[in-house]
Amino acid sequence: MSAELVPTIGLEIHVQLLTRTKMFCGCELEFGAEPNVHTCPVCLGHPGTLPVPNEQAIESAIRIAVALGCEVAPRSGFHRKNYFYPDLPKGYQISQFDVPLATAGRLGGVRIHRVHLEEDAAKLSHVGETGRIHGSGASLVDFNRGGTPLVEIVTEPDIDDPAAAREWLALLRTTLRQLGVSDVNMEEGSLRCDANVSIRPAASPELGVKTELKNMNSFRYLERGVEAEIARQREIVESGGAVEQETLHFDPAGGTLTPLRSKEYAHDYRYFPEPDLAPVAPSAAAVDAARASLPELPEQRRDRYEADLGLKPEVARRLAFDASLAAFFEEAVTAGSASAPAALANWITGDLVALARERGLEPAATAATPAAVAALVGLLAAGEVNRGGAREVLEVLVRDGGEPAAIVDRLDLGAGDPDELAAIVKRAIEEDADAAAKVRAGEGKAIGALVGAVMRETRGKADGGEVTRLIREQLDL
Amino acid sequence: MIDREQVLHIARLARLRLDDQEVERMAAELSGILEHVEAIGELDLEGVEPTTHVVALENVLRADVPAPSLDRERALAGAPDSASGSFRVPSPQA
Ligand SMILES: [Zn+2]
Repeated sequence: MSAELVPTIGLEIHVQLLTRTKMFCGCELEFGAEPNVHTCPVCLGHPGTLPVPNEQAIESAIRIAVALGCEVAPRSGFHRKNYFYPDLPKGYQISQFDVPLATAGRLGGVRIHRVHLEEDAAKLSHVGETGRIHGSGASLVDFNRGGTPLVEIVTEPDIDDPAAAREWLALLRTTLRQLGVSDVNMEEGSLRCDANVSIRPAASPELGVKTELKNMNSFRYLERGVEAEIARQREIVESGGAVEQETLHFDPAGGTLTPLRSKEYAHDYRYFPEPDLAPVAPSAAAVDAARASLPELPEQRRDRYEADLGLKPEVARRLAFDASLAAFFEEAVTAGSASAPAALANWITGDLVALARERGLEPAATAATPAAVAALVGLLAAGEVNRGGAREVLEVLVRDGGEPAAIVDRLDLGAGDPDELAAIVKRAIEEDADAAAKVRAGEGKAIGALVGAVMRETRGKADGGEVTRLIREQLDL
Repeated sequence: MIDREQVLHIARLARLRLDDQEVERMAAELSGILEHVEAIGELDLEGVEPTTHVVALENVLRADVPAPSLDRERALAGAPDSASGSFRVPSPQA
């Protein structure tokens, strides 16, 4: 069909920095405050006022830049990006243009084109008809958000499918959260993502015409929006048409994409250097210090889990790229000296995540503590409970919490005394000499009858693998 | 030379309504400014750093410490219209 058309995706991410005050004035930042209680002549764009950059915002932006492996410009400056919109009281946004704060980074196999600083716009709410002019509505402007420090991160078009875009954004969010520079909450708008999407014949080195997708304010919407756009572009190209460069708005309710009404000359921003702001020139020592102070980031954590703890790549990635899951895992590893990290990792990323999800929770939010999960995996490893029993115990832990050994006793799930199990196996072999002879003769399937007999005898509590091992041992195999 | 079309384009971006006489005057004035800049462009500026400021300052920064904001009433006093504690404007989507 259309297998020869391949998509290319680049992302543009805006991150609100978690500073106390705005980018260029001392107004406090507070999400969800009453409208317009955090404004001043600077962030309202009154004439004659002067912006002064927030030192902490610049520090946080540098921290992001070095965490993304970027080169920080020894000297960058601010520009004015000129356009008129009611959320922008000065008539321009202070941003960075020709020399951004940082360039040329990499995260999770995706190249970072640039990282720059700017200020957020105010919040506009459309309130519909005013009645004064027929057919026109009014908008309310809340300038609390206006002037919030924003870092814009632009990737190269290195992503080739919607699910990968979603996964990459999740990795970026975990990385930023780890840095402590932002709330990175998509619902509250402290993390926002636009996507540039194009398709081209697989053999063509040249990228196709790209469209820009806005308003994908959740991970799921990002994936669905990009999916829908790729499908739309495929249809155009396959029916002989040409994709037009435009900006599209994703409507999650219908899964549809609507072109934003092309604001005439919208891209004629007439950037020029902001004369009211001096250049930002971080010293090499400051950049080195920022690099040295980075915490362990998800990709490094994944590498450590693989190299030092012997986790499989996919399991290591799932744990490491989810900060809360990684913390749970590490606490469990510390608590459970007897359990192997690989087994713990499998239980946490497998059964525990699944059981927690059934309750709409993250594992850390359930009643199961890392120490309890470690203890349970320890009991399983010691053969004191079998896999099915362990799963039952985990269900109880997730629901009610408690101590695994006590739950095993209470529910009578114990695999019992190893000597006792050996005796049961011995009896089963004696009672079914026919099956035993077949197994001895190399008829592998015959062992099922013996295992079945033992499991019946132990009411399913014995560990199947251990029973098989004992049978073979007693038959001298 | 800046022509009439370009003046109208720039005026539109700046949300200025110019009458015909003003368009003509602006075309001449803007052309004059451009000619001046072109004259500077003829200088040999090899090795001269661009100047965006008259003083050679850098890293003029502010500590991240809150300063008092305006009372909302005062902030809204300059608004042509207000409602629900907000600046009310004609909808840009209308
Ligand atoms: Zn302010």
